[in-house]
Amino acid sequence: MPDEDRKRAAHRALVDRLLHGDGKASAQDRARAFHNNGLTPPLDALIAKVADSPTQVSAADLAAAKASGRTEDQLFELVVCAAVGRSTRLYEAGLTALAEAMLKEGPGNAT
Amino acid sequence: MRLEILNHGYGPGTKLLFALIRLFSRHPVPDAARLVFYRPDFYGTRAKAFTHEAMRGPSAWSVGDRELMAAYVSEVNGTAFCIGAHTATASQAYQDPPRVAAVLADLETAPVAEPLRATLRMLGTLTREGKVSVEDMRAVLAADATPEQVRDALAVCAAFNTTDRLADAFGFELLSPEGYEAGARYLLKRGYQ
Repeated sequence: MPDEDRKRAAHRALVDRLLHGDGKASAQDRARAFHNNGLTPPLDALIAKVADSPTQVSAADLAAAKASGRTEDQLFELVVCAAVGRSTRLYEAGLTALAEAMLKEGPGNAT
Repeated sequence: MRLEILNHGYGPGTKLLFALIRLFSRHPVPDAARLVFYRPDFYGTRAKAFTHEAMRGPSAWSVGDRELMAAYVSEVNGTAFCIGAHTATASQAYQDPPRVAAVLADLETAPVAEPLRATLRMLGTLTREGKVSVEDMRAVLAADATPEQVRDALAVCAAFNTTDRLADAFGFELLSPEGYEAGARYLLKRGYQ
């Protein structure tokens, strides 16, 4: 397997496990956390911070999510999904931009 | 850490391992290491495999270059734990702490080769803005970074955008300078697996 494929394969294995394996949180909620979309308050605020402004996450955000009935194991899973989801979007955005840049640089496509 | 399960939710074997690490290293087990031992089938096992492949797998970038990328991405994210950890690791890998400090202080004037500078600049844009343009990417290729190097750098970027978020969300405790140096020696000897 080419080296780069090994990196992507290892990343995909992580994503597949988070989204499709067993969990204490439902697969639907794990997918919502991964995509930072569709969760209800107060969990939506915590997950949005993990994805978009992680240094702003506070103990109070986690406490509010727990007070709404989520267990610590569920929060562990959903925070992990949010973090990996955001970094997956960055990885894919970078690879897409690279592929397009290479197309434009290719022979016969010089601008 | 902010979840009690991440402080106390480990089995007897893992607790014994943490005690042995503490005994032999004379430093507490860093939260980054503890996290991957919590329910490893959910996150830790596969996260370690991906991070190790990105940081220590075959690449035209040196280990020092990739540790510098990890430090730089963490600097852009403002994640104190990971800035400390990967500044120490890159500094030891390069045996050149001033070089690492210069990159984190001002990438544009730092003494690094142009392919690495252009790649770090692109990783900073991607991490900060969540996107990178085709023109940004062409600038990296024009600076003589190869497509393979760009892909390898994007894998490092993905690994550390995950770790940075978990460090901030779960509240990893910062280490002493000696703790970061000890952690760096471990990462250079054993990697992330």
